[in-house]
Amino acid sequence: MISDPLLSEGVDLTVVLIIIGKALFVFVLLLVTVLILIWLERKIVADMQNRIGPNRAGPFGILQSVADGVKLFFKEQSIPESADRPVFRLAPYLSVVPAFLAFSVIPLGGEIEIAGHTTYLQLAEIPIGVLFVLAMSGIGVYGVTLAGWASGSKYPLLGGVRATAQMISYEAALGLAIVGAVLHGHTLSTRGMVLQQGPWEGWGTVADWFFIAVPVSFVIYVIAMVAETNRAPFDLVEAEQELVGGFHTEYTGVRFAIFFLAEYMNMVTMSALAVTLFLGGPAGPEIDFLPHLWPVVWFLLKVSLFIFVYFWLRSTLPRLRYDQLMDLGWRVLIPLAILWLGAVAVFRVGSDQGWPVAVTLPAVVAGGLLIMGFLWLSMPRREPVVRRGSTSSEEVHRG
Amino acid sequence: METVVFLLAATAAVVSALGVVMARNPVHSALSLVGTLFAVAVLFVLQEAHFLAAVQVIVYAGAVVVLFLFVIMLLGVDRHEMLDDPLPFQRPLALAAGAVALFGLLALVGGTVATGGFSARGPALSGSEGNVERIAKSLFTDFIWPFEITSVLLVIAVVGAIVLVREGRPGEAEAEDGDGAPR
Repeated sequence: MISDPLLSEGVDLTVVLIIIGKALFVFVLLLVTVLILIWLERKIVADMQNRIGPNRAGPFGILQSVADGVKLFFKEQSIPESADRPVFRLAPYLSVVPAFLAFSVIPLGGEIEIAGHTTYLQLAEIPIGVLFVLAMSGIGVYGVTLAGWASGSKYPLLGGVRATAQMISYEAALGLAIVGAVLHGHTLSTRGMVLQQGPWEGWGTVADWFFIAVPVSFVIYVIAMVAETNRAPFDLVEAEQELVGGFHTEYTGVRFAIFFLAEYMNMVTMSALAVTLFLGGPAGPEIDFLPHLWPVVWFLLKVSLFIFVYFWLRSTLPRLRYDQLMDLGWRVLIPLAILWLGAVAVFRVGSDQGWPVAVTLPAVVAGGLLIMGFLWLSMPRREPVVRRGSTSSEEVHRG
Repeated sequence: METVVFLLAATAAVVSALGVVMARNPVHSALSLVGTLFAVAVLFVLQEAHFLAAVQVIVYAGAVVVLFLFVIMLLGVDRHEMLDDPLPFQRPLALAAGAVALFGLLALVGGTVATGGFSARGPALSGSEGNVERIAKSLFTDFIWPFEITSVLLVIAVVGAIVLVREGRPGEAEAEDGDGAPR
């Protein structure tokens, strides 16, 4: 089992200081990333929509998020008359704290040496790191749900109810996708997953990354990750045109800013987990100049790839209807994830027992096709729905 | 250190468990329940059962209580609660059952200290394998029969729920599709 060498020689004051320093570093890193991301999102979406975007505060408007943050800090915070006051105050923190905690188990780089102690570039290495992220994202649901309920008004309540249903549904798909990767990687530790994908040995290493080995898990994870963070096209929770602002309609000032922060932190954490599980974590070309720095750079670059996909999806796809959302989750993603999990498990046992691939592969494909055919036959047929005032392009709705 | 954490977590667990039954508002009760589950998860970590702690939070706090909240919010039962007892005999019955459970628990604990007693730290932790391997091994060897029975029970519950919902209106579900209603 892997554990941080920092703790192996007993805990003294230096060790405690190093840990506090690491926690501060990760916290500041996340905050700064969020500030840059908000600006970047507005710029990228503006580019895609043929607009200029923020361009007043600082060069290229890069200080816009700072300005917005300062404004929000000095605004009045109102609490509605009918709100449940303690829960109303608690909800933003229930949202942001898990988002930050989940990031603490993500490996950012290799090992470094501070004041004679070797330590991982990672806040905490726990044997069940992957499950920890899942647990934290499960707690994060409460922030949104309770914010909606405690506001004591109808639109936030609708947003909260939607959030509960959506996040529970997609958490199942997310978890099953992660199990696929974990089963292949043989470990629940985040650092272990990175090590399983091999050290960097030229560009051939890319073939060892798990998005090649378990591609279906990767695709399901990415879809479920967008839904789990309540981003477009799955942003039914705060659908402006239907629910005013969704769960955060009644929130103002700093409390609103905290929700915003949590949303972006969750995006970063989910992307970081995707990089850790499927894209080799901090692995990348080794450069002799500042060798400890480059893994972090590769890691952040890979994370920004996913972040860009988030923005890209947001400015490209229209929001799903509620029933389409549920259909995609329960009728497509979850059955597919379970089937794929079965296939991965068979291969796992096959390689442990030394079965020839020439036997396992056709057997798995045949079995999978058989089950899928059976499922397809047994699913209730539905006519394409024609809705009032809609065009005939609604054929997506077959399930 | 261990004793301090134990005392804190145990106190939190008991206080929030009291909150579950005392709170007037069902949502506050559900929140207290989350607090209890979390404190118990901390106790699991204290016993070095990391996997159990994670699963406790994922399954109970992350899914079961969220569904409670969903039902409370969807049905809007948060303002008026039923104070009159539909089953008059259930209070004395609950008291008796509670007394029996307490007696059983005390008998089980025996005189072992709260942490570090043999009942909590038996052979489960000797050996080099991690949590997950040990739990998997005992689930799929010694406890395979109860494990399978439990899974059958859960499947029956799911099928039963669907049958109850679908009963009496065959074909109606098809007509309802497309209005965007949650199913």
